[in-house]
Amino acid sequence: MSANKESFGKTVGVVLAVCLVCSIIVSGAAVGLRDIQQSNAAKDKMSNILHAAGLLEQAKGNIEGTYNEFVEARYVDLNTGEFVEAPSADYDMYKAAKVDDTSVKVENSNVGFQRRAKVASVYLVYESAAKETVSRVILPVHGSGLWDLMYGFLALDADGETVRELIYYQQKETPGLGGEVQNPAWQAKWDGKQLYKNGDVALEVKKAAGEENPYAVDALSGATLTSNGVNNTVQYWVGDNGFGPFLKKQAWRS
Amino acid sequence: MADSKEMKKVLFGPILDSNPIALQILGICSALAITTKLETALVMSLALTSVTAFSNLFISIIRNQIPSSVRIIIQMTIIASLVIVVDQILKAYSYEISKQLSVFVGLIITNCIVMGRAEAYAMKSPPLMSFLDGIGNGLGYSMVLIVVGIIKELFGFGTILGFEILPLIQNGGWYQANGLLILPFSSFFLIGGLIWVIRTIRPEQVEPKE
Repeated sequence: MSANKESFGKTVGVVLAVCLVCSIIVSGAAVGLRDIQQSNAAKDKMSNILHAAGLLEQAKGNIEGTYNEFVEARYVDLNTGEFVEAPSADYDMYKAAKVDDTSVKVENSNVGFQRRAKVASVYLVYESAAKETVSRVILPVHGSGLWDLMYGFLALDADGETVRELIYYQQKETPGLGGEVQNPAWQAKWDGKQLYKNGDVALEVKKAAGEENPYAVDALSGATLTSNGVNNTVQYWVGDNGFGPFLKKQAWRS
Repeated sequence: MADSKEMKKVLFGPILDSNPIALQILGICSALAITTKLETALVMSLALTSVTAFSNLFISIIRNQIPSSVRIIIQMTIIASLVIVVDQILKAYSYEISKQLSVFVGLIITNCIVMGRAEAYAMKSPPLMSFLDGIGNGLGYSMVLIVVGIIKELFGFGTILGFEILPLIQNGGWYQANGLLILPFSSFFLIGGLIWVIRTIRPEQVEPKE
């Protein structure tokens, strides 16, 4: 047996057989577990929305129940700022941004992506389970950081101007520097900041911004490009090309 | 030949007598990075033990068929497949922890313990013994990780598995958390101390003076 074990044909045969068996096992695991993984990812998104809503502590592990009780997902036509019906049952604004029909070109901004969806998701947080008074509006935002796009949720008060939270849930910034966008101490700096001054976008991320300045958030030290990315992201999404018309109209009040 | 005494030696030997981290100094890298909390250390131990055990088993089953010219590649293929399966299972059943472990599950592929046991033991031994050897070495790795994880979490955060043991000053207690222990490199000191303890118990592990 060991005599012909080293032959060329045998070597190729063994390699092919091992690869075949391994690929069957790996793809079997990937396909078989996909449903559970997707429901985990959905739950992770919900817990991030609850975090932005300030309800994560209250939820105490009951993510799905709390989400269904207090949060409502709606869709907004970014051009008009009006609520619209969901374009499809499993609409994803990040997928829609890749199709020409459902997206528009991004102009005059260095936010870091080429196209954005015409219809965006928003999440309305209600004061009680009766879903009558909106307490917070959560906007999905994304933009380029230093290494890659960063995805997050921007939570505003019902006045559409006061920031409560900026929670990044997906980013690939340098750990310890740009990665500090997820540091609770830095996230807390956004609480109470104002987006607009005399109708124009005023909020910016800059160095040595005073705590008491309502229009500036202190930049991350050692992470200028990430901070610039956050700045561009927020300014784009609350501006006229982003959620600006929606926030001015305050469609959630009617 | 696989009598129970031999099996016991293969299974429990690596915990103290030939610990893969403490004696062979293998697999240090992941031991440094993921021991900040006991929970991640436990999951990582479980992941590594199952990968080592099953890669040893499968490699041992086909050991007489593997041509020596491509044996490393075949070992890597099997190990990598097992790691991907483990990673998928973690993502499905313990999503939070798999996010914390992030790249380190994938890096089990390059963990020297898995590869080392496959090459040194499984290529020459029957399947059952190889399987036990894999579990044994996994246990040895787990032992170090768990000890380091307990020390780091207890003195770095004042908790064990998230339960408060030493009440922190921030929460109105008396314990000032040791920030050094939260950082990955503090594992160097702890693992060093652990090697010292093991070599005091087992003086035969001390290398002769040159």
